[in-house]
Amino acid sequence: MSDGAVRPEIAAMRGRVALPRSNGELVFAAPWEGRALAMAIGVVEALGLAWDEFRLRLIAEIAAHPKRPYYESWLAALERLVVERDAVSADKLPEVASSPGDSA
Amino acid sequence: MVEDGHHHPAPPSPVEARAAALEALLTEKGLVSPEFIDAIVSAYANDIGPMNGARVVARAWVDGEYRDRLLGDGTAAIAELGFGGPEGEHIVVVENTADVHNVIVCTLCSCYPWPVLGLPPNWYKSPPYRSRMVREPRKVLSEMGLELPESVSIRVWDSSAEVRYLVLPGRPHGTDGMIEEDLAKLVTRDAMIGVARP
Repeated sequence: MSDGAVRPEIAAMRGRVALPRSNGELVFAAPWEGRALAMAIGVVEALGLAWDEFRLRLIAEIAAHPKRPYYESWLAALERLVVERDAVSADKLPEVASSPGDSA
Repeated sequence: MVEDGHHHPAPPSPVEARAAALEALLTEKGLVSPEFIDAIVSAYANDIGPMNGARVVARAWVDGEYRDRLLGDGTAAIAELGFGGPEGEHIVVVENTADVHNVIVCTLCSCYPWPVLGLPPNWYKSPPYRSRMVREPRKVLSEMGLELPESVSIRVWDSSAEVRYLVLPGRPHGTDGMIEEDLAKLVTRDAMIGVARP
């Protein structure tokens, strides 16, 4: 279980999936964004997955919706991950469409 | 539009509701817990670089003129350091003195000065904190580890959608020789909420 310390492979993600920052500090436009960040970290850890399982889905979501706010893509990637990894049944998350391009 | 002079927290946006629903689902499945999420949020929001608010406080400690401007117009003085935002438009800074201790709360919801404090801790949003801090602040502070002498009076500031408060803690003794950057490291989020002292 995590001790809550910042993980470099998450904090130092590069390119379009890099965590939004201002002046070096993470920027959350609203509290839910911070909670979404933490949820992804917790789920990846609880399911024993590599961080890339999430990161690659985030890349796909951002690519499919380039203009959507970052953490909305983050949330969509997390929903997709938990459904595709059978942690949550698909009928609980109707937003998850069959491919990233289909989701709202 | 209804005007009653107090809060009008915006209803949750669709995406906010969606995030809350997912969190409830993941919590129910035992994949995350509110405590875990708080710990992670705190680590990522607070431990990556100094908090903006700590820099404001440290500047006020070393620069008397800045302190005066900060207490006169918190929003403008905070903007001088480059901080602000849609929810930080009216920040009022309240200063702790030898006789007065300030603490902030939002009795109706969870109004909080995001631009200078980042994300609110879970307990700030909890109904017991919100109701009891107004009723019995000395007792609540003591339970949170802050014992104040009876000679210090406590002022509780109720935040709203229009006005967010930030506590300017007293500069700790024995820090006379410290530079601003090191002083900022002494300033904790809890000290700027008023539930701790640096």
